Amino acid sequence: MKYLSQFLRITAFTLAGELLQRVIPLPVPASVYGLTLLFAALCLGVVKLEQVKDAGGFLVSILPILFVSPAVGILENWGLIQGVVIPLLLLIALSTIVTFGIAGRVTQVLNKRGKQDEDSAKH
Amino acid sequence: MKILQSIDIFPVLLTLAAFRVGQLCQQKWKKPVFNPTLIAAILVIAFLLITGFETKAYNAGMGKLSWLMTPATISLAIPMYEQFQVLKKSLKAIAAGVAAGTISCMLVVFGAGALLRFEDALLLSLLPKSVTTAIGVSLSELFGGMGGVTTAAIIITGILGNMMGPALCKLFGITDEVAQGVAFGTSAHVIGTAKANEISGLTGAASSLSLVVAGLLTAVLMPVIAGLM
Repeated sequence: MKYLSQFLRITAFTLAGELLQRVIPLPVPASVYGLTLLFAALCLGVVKLEQVKDAGGFLVSILPILFVSPAVGILENWGLIQGVVIPLLLLIALSTIVTFGIAGRVTQVLNKRGKQDEDSAKH
Repeated sequence: MKILQSIDIFPVLLTLAAFRVGQLCQQKWKKPVFNPTLIAAILVIAFLLITGFETKAYNAGMGKLSWLMTPATISLAIPMYEQFQVLKKSLKAIAAGVAAGTISCMLVVFGAGALLRFEDALLLSLLPKSVTTAIGVSLSELFGGMGGVTTAAIIITGILGNMMGPALCKLFGITDEVAQGVAFGTSAHVIGTAKANEISGLTGAASSLSLVVAGLLTAVLMPVIAGLM
């Protein structure tokens, strides 16, 4: 029955996320509010890792199956994209490469600097 | 077909079976192109087109499951919290890397999309293309994009990032394990993270953390970029 109390907790965070989305007039998905709240609760120790880990792990593992239905939705949008498939794919490739390079380089430079500061502090 | 269209569990069964086929393909060939979600979607689309099974009936059946998406996305906080503990020393560098990557991604999509004269709905569908589907699809739909296009773009992005990642690390001279993880997670979400996990545990952890942070940051930036349109 450990799953029951874990699901109960996660469902409560889901309700909180949905409520926030309806109360706060910002275009933020309920899941983003819920995720932030659960993360904060874990960091503050209000919720312990063991109190959500198994049920949460199960839910995360079925996410790829839940995405099948939205992906099938492309059938309905096909009319709008059929003329631009090639430029669309090029844009996706270009932005992926740029994002990869910039995210990696910026982290590397700052992470090295951080390590050097730490080393020089030791000496 | 008519009888099957009236039974809500049928689309669920169809989707699970198609996903299982995708999973078996991936286990056999071990290439990111054999993404189970992608294969399952192609199989389901083929089934709908060939048999004439109504898309509406398919959506009605799957709609009964869609409420699971929000709690499942919220549960991403759990791996995020675990990675957070491991990566405490590099948090500033990771945050800066994810922010720089996410902002450039959205600017490139916005700029190139405007140059190519993409329609607004298409552009809005592509803006959240580098983040996890869970957050990307709801963002796209919230702003008037098309969920189907966003999901397809997100999966293709993930597959490209996964396949090109190791070569891109060499091209850009990214040797630091944490930095490699941030690159994979920020640009190619969960599918990129699969490759990051093969490189090392630390790279995988940095990638998992980055993909959630990138998702949250994209949610914050969407109104700003959409406001430019």
